[in-house]
Amino acid sequence: MNYLEFEAPLKELNEQIEKLRESEKKAGVDVSNAINDLQKTLLKKTEEIYNNLDPWQKVQVSRHPDRPYTLQYIEHLTQGQFVELHGDRTVKDDKAMVGGFGMIDGRSIMFIGQQKGNTTKLRQYRNFGMANPEGYRKALRLMKLAEKFNKPIVTFIDTPGAFPGLEAEERGQGEAIARNLYEMMKLRVPVICIIIGEGASGGALGIGIGDRVMMLENTWYSVISPESCSSILWRTWDQKVTASKALKLTAEDMLGNGLIDGIIKEPIGGAHANPTEMFETVKREIKQQLDVLDKLDPAKRCDQRIDKFCAMGVVVES
Amino acid sequence: MSWFKRKKKGVTTDSREKKEIPEGLWYQCPECKNVMSHEQHSDNNWTCTQCDYHEKIGSLEYFSILFDDNAFTEVASHLISGDPLQFVDTKNYKDRIRTTIAKTGLKDAVRVARGKVDGVESVIACMDFAFIGGSMGSVVGEKFAKGVDEAIANGLPFICISKSGGARMMEAGFSLMQMAKTSAKLTRLAEAGLPYVSILTDPTTGGVTASFAMLGDINIAEPKALIGFAGPRVVKETIGKDLPDGFQSAEFVLEHGFLDYIVARKDLKTRLAMSLRLMLKDQLVQN
Repeated sequence: MNYLEFEAPLKELNEQIEKLRESEKKAGVDVSNAINDLQKTLLKKTEEIYNNLDPWQKVQVSRHPDRPYTLQYIEHLTQGQFVELHGDRTVKDDKAMVGGFGMIDGRSIMFIGQQKGNTTKLRQYRNFGMANPEGYRKALRLMKLAEKFNKPIVTFIDTPGAFPGLEAEERGQGEAIARNLYEMMKLRVPVICIIIGEGASGGALGIGIGDRVMMLENTWYSVISPESCSSILWRTWDQKVTASKALKLTAEDMLGNGLIDGIIKEPIGGAHANPTEMFETVKREIKQQLDVLDKLDPAKRCDQRIDKFCAMGVVVES
Repeated sequence: MSWFKRKKKGVTTDSREKKEIPEGLWYQCPECKNVMSHEQHSDNNWTCTQCDYHEKIGSLEYFSILFDDNAFTEVASHLISGDPLQFVDTKNYKDRIRTTIAKTGLKDAVRVARGKVDGVESVIACMDFAFIGGSMGSVVGEKFAKGVDEAIANGLPFICISKSGGARMMEAGFSLMQMAKTSAKLTRLAEAGLPYVSILTDPTTGGVTASFAMLGDINIAEPKALIGFAGPRVVKETIGKDLPDGFQSAEFVLEHGFLDYIVARKDLKTRLAMSLRLMLKDQLVQN
């Protein structure tokens, strides 16, 4: 288990429980009452902490190293009935963007998402979830494939941003993202986008145009990360906490501003505290949303999607 | 009380570069240091008479170059930024907007107008870098959208001249969604079968590159314009090496297949009008 700074009280309680269990084993004394009490305290403390997270703490939870990533969601939702597909058919296969057809309760769905790694080696292999242009083009290829066979699309967004590398620029990172925004507007199949971790800027939006855009409770979605915002606007890295508040990047803020369509509750203690429960909640949400979206005529669904994004923004008359 | 007051503190000028040039009369090219009168410079479309350096210019200058007889009517000119997030960094956003409007005489980072380009009636959206780095917030998105609406309602081609550092941070999520909004609008223009020409000028980066600037039926650029997704400093930090010469220049972007052509400002109008004529339905073209 990894603990975040503000989870220190939870770490302490867990360690106490662990110690009691050990002593129970060694000495053969029954301490189950004490353990029960501690577990109750732990639950209460977890609720207390997680019900009062500030924006910066939510950013930290969204990056929690134990948090489930895209492929874990897909594997659990499809119970192994998933065929991963590779490559953009132009340059290469981007390991930071994954996708393929999978089955949920007898229904075939195209899953696409950024993929992070959970060891140092895998993190490098997945380029920290930062896709190159070929990642966005692979995603678009798969979306078109889904459209061809009339299968709905679910995207899982979890990225610190599109990769700002030299080759990315050569191969048109800007064009690749722009193309996706444009093409996703016109997809004739239902599209659901779920932010499961970090939703950083154009890199997130590049697979984020959907009939329903949902955020998990402890994620963030904005035009820039709090760190980069701090470095640009305050010219120091030290204002990330202030920036995280100013950016209004939490699920609640984004919903309040009409920029997303819904929030998906996380288990107490965050998605990483109980991944199975998280997967079940997400599965239920996808099925519910698809039931509604299925009933709409494809042309009408596209119109609604386009009109929704066209209505975003706040201007005043001078 | 002194006659002159220094507004900015700590301004120093390298004395080697300094030449005695009276304010207001002369323009010095930052590239080749050639000196010419402001009149010569503007007559030359704000490019250097010696080295062809394209100075950054604003929407009114572009309109004077492109619209016949400098005649145009503005679209949605009254819109200004709200402050939906009550954003405060070192300054609060409301004040920043107010002082920028006062300082630049602009309402926001884009101006949209309708007029004739070499006889071809068009709607042109042109960004102003002077307004918070040409950054895209709700106003830019909304005016772009209104411009596309105007084009569709009248069956006209739509042109956007980009000059922007990207999305405006002070409107955060709203700015991000302007990328989606402008792209969404362009699907409507395409449905109407009308051309969209994107003109990328120095600089075009970030969220603007990653949305409408790269979505032209034809993408064209001015010579040597900086065009990219990530800024050069960020790319340099990422790769930990110096960037190759000409990296992210218009010529580089053309070579990698993301532009149709590069055009010098003096030829912009004729080339643009010709491109439009070749794409428009024949009966729409009037001379």
